[in-house]
Amino acid sequence: MDQTSANGQREAGSGLTLPSNLVKVTGVLASLIMTFIGLTAITFVIGRLMPADPVLAIVGDRASQEVYEQVYLQLGLDKPIYEQYFRYIGQLLQGDLGTSIMTAQPVADDIKRFFPATLELATIATLLGVFVGIPMGVVAAVHQGRWPDHIVRVISLIGYSAPIFWLGMVALLIFYANLDWVAGPGRLDVYFDGIIEPMTGVLLIDAAMAGDWEIFQNALSHLILPASILGTFALAYIARMTRSFMLDQLSQEYILTARVKGMPESNVIWGHAFRNVLVQLITIIGLTYASLLEGSVLTETVFSWPGIGQYITNSLFNNDMNAVLGGTIVVGVCFVGINMLSDLLYRLVDPRVRG
Amino acid sequence: MRKLRSILLTVTTLVAFGMGPSQAATPSNTFIIAKDIADIITMDPAEVFELTTGEIIANIYDRIMMFEPEDLQTLVGGVAESWDISNGGKTITFKIRPGLKFHSGNPVRAEDVAWSLQRVVKLNKTPAFIITQFGWTPENVDGLVKATDNSHVQITITEEFSPGLVLNAMSSGVASVVDKKLVMSHEKDGDLGYDWLKSKSAGSGAFSLKTWKANEIVTLEANSSYRHGAPGMKRVILRHVSEPSSQRLLLEKADVDMARNLTPDQVKGVKGNSNIAIDGHPKGTVVYMAANAGHPILGKTEVVQAIRNLVDYDSMANSFLAGQFVVHQAFWPGGLWAALETTPYKQDVTKAKSLLAQAGHADGFELTIHTLTNSPFPEIAQAVQADLAKGGIKANIVTLEGKTLWPKYRAREHDIILARWSPDYVDPHSNADAFAHNPDNRLEAKLTGVLAWRNAWADDASNALAVKARNELDLAKREQQYLELQAMLQKKGPFVIMFQQNEQVARRNNLQGFVSGSNFDLVFYRNVNKK
Repeated sequence: MDQTSANGQREAGSGLTLPSNLVKVTGVLASLIMTFIGLTAITFVIGRLMPADPVLAIVGDRASQEVYEQVYLQLGLDKPIYEQYFRYIGQLLQGDLGTSIMTAQPVADDIKRFFPATLELATIATLLGVFVGIPMGVVAAVHQGRWPDHIVRVISLIGYSAPIFWLGMVALLIFYANLDWVAGPGRLDVYFDGIIEPMTGVLLIDAAMAGDWEIFQNALSHLILPASILGTFALAYIARMTRSFMLDQLSQEYILTARVKGMPESNVIWGHAFRNVLVQLITIIGLTYASLLEGSVLTETVFSWPGIGQYITNSLFNNDMNAVLGGTIVVGVCFVGINMLSDLLYRLVDPRVRG
Repeated sequence: MRKLRSILLTVTTLVAFGMGPSQAATPSNTFIIAKDIADIITMDPAEVFELTTGEIIANIYDRIMMFEPEDLQTLVGGVAESWDISNGGKTITFKIRPGLKFHSGNPVRAEDVAWSLQRVVKLNKTPAFIITQFGWTPENVDGLVKATDNSHVQITITEEFSPGLVLNAMSSGVASVVDKKLVMSHEKDGDLGYDWLKSKSAGSGAFSLKTWKANEIVTLEANSSYRHGAPGMKRVILRHVSEPSSQRLLLEKADVDMARNLTPDQVKGVKGNSNIAIDGHPKGTVVYMAANAGHPILGKTEVVQAIRNLVDYDSMANSFLAGQFVVHQAFWPGGLWAALETTPYKQDVTKAKSLLAQAGHADGFELTIHTLTNSPFPEIAQAVQADLAKGGIKANIVTLEGKTLWPKYRAREHDIILARWSPDYVDPHSNADAFAHNPDNRLEAKLTGVLAWRNAWADDASNALAVKARNELDLAKREQQYLELQAMLQKKGPFVIMFQQNEQVARRNNLQGFVSGSNFDLVFYRNVNKK
């Protein structure tokens, strides 16, 4: 959200009353419902238009026609597509996401298992992007056209353009196979599997809650490399955008005034220019985080990371619609949730938005 | 700024804390396999038909008859101690071994054996055809498969089948003996425990299923009171690693004991590593091309014969397929009983051109090859494309995922398919029934499980010989009939059989005793040990 719209919100919100709050909440709810219907309907139709046969995913290519037809009917594929969709929505409203064809497990259970893995990865990657990317962007803007700027540009370019699959393999080769600094593919060494009870599904949190620091260390050792690879992409994007926003602010007259008045340079940069790009940065960080939460299939594949990206992709290839829709809903909820969180953060960092 | 600095410090500390490798080697009592296990969709032996689960249930369940890892050529009793054939080969009575126990502690009874077969027929999942072909239906199976007392099970077939074939079928996954008491305690709405057994185990084999997390891990735990003694490893872990390069790294770092899906390049790459050994295991999978006989040009015998003569089998086997596939040109895999080992075809462009001229296509024609996306199929398709061009045949290649390719194949919507096939059980009838026997070629017959039907090909002589061999009681005659049938299909029919798989398995060389037989479910973990 840019500053103009933030100002717009301030004006509209300046005289909020209870009914207008209700209108706002109703609006948000209506938009959520529309998003949800649109998301599931489009995914459902695309899934059904794909040439992959979900029945063969279950029965295999050698099944007799009798077995094939039996499963075809069980899946309700003889019904019109709109009827299949409404049946799914009906189940969903009762809290039933259905059962996955590919894992034979309830989709809700699969999501509980796969999503925390992605959440863990995406969160660390985003944090890396934020804590390294923002300072890099600021430094590049302050030293525009000089060597720090060039270095940041090269790093950003690599982060953008290097194939993540290749980057992952090279990183594994160097840091896991040769230097032995980190653990290899997977979330945990297999000997630790099943030792701690999954409370949140996020291994670092579960291990810390269980007080098992050996598992915590092992999980962290497995996480660092994929998170760094994924973080490189986040870092490149955030650094580029920070640089661009900062350059815009640094050319403003108030910055010139501050410098003329003799304000220390660090105060000018961090206290004034940086504060004014925060709202835009929150939007960028929010979008980056949301896109990482969709799961990164390539990173997950190279690092054997059982995340939601691989889950949705494999399910889509096998036309496992319950799993695809379940995954899509989770991703949709993430996007909406992060947008709402961004709105809240605008209010925290920008007094004009608070009204 | 101070806040930012402290956050950065915390992050750095955490990263430093996380630095450090995992354990240097796998535990001495655990066998860890890196494998793509995404194909697992069920653990129920009445439904299992996937490669990975095929081998898993072979280690969890004892079957009525078995090929044991100590001698993969000889069919012996599994749960059955002995058997008696009567009624002109139509009735077999099995005597159940005394003193066997399931993992649950329940005794293995004749009732469990009969119920396991009845359950397969009643559930009627994909692999059920292996035993329903004997004339068993949900309605009659209770009468035809029954426990006659506490230690005897009698099966009666209503169709003409060689008893040898029936015994071989009793060594397939559907003949796994399931703990009736345990499974039925989890029955829901008359589902015979189907929902429960999808992700659990109830067997009496060398291992039991501890955990299955789809696309992540399968853990098996040793059955210390197994009838052949406790397995060498306390635990077997199959870890899902879909990327072969990652499998290689894990193996080289000793984080796994075995990598099952290395590409030929990676196998070559690890060959110099003194800690790693490469084993070749000939498998029953054959790679073939099939021409749709309903196609106006491909339906001509001379055209398919020309294609057989255009393909340069040796060149492929010696280059990009090196070590992983060998030339094989008959439908029943080499190394097995009744296999035809001759390879009469080599690339002969002159002969191929003359055959095309005889068929009236001296100027060539255009066709499409449909194949799978995964290696080595696209590579083989490209090599075949170049070979066919030498005869003036312009081949277009379309690669598809299996779930998209099979519907086309089953609907006869292809010109040429390049695919693979492996036997369902260790009897030549398994492949003869698919390649050589098509009793009803009408489109509406929908014999979609039969390859000959999928290619719209039926031949009276081939049908008759397949049935004759299936029913033959004399073993020597039966073998001869299958050899004749394979030779017949080398000369006519829609199939160009090209290669047989040789599974290359890379393992840490301190690990021994892994046995992988010709069929997909003849893989045994119980003799594995570490030096």
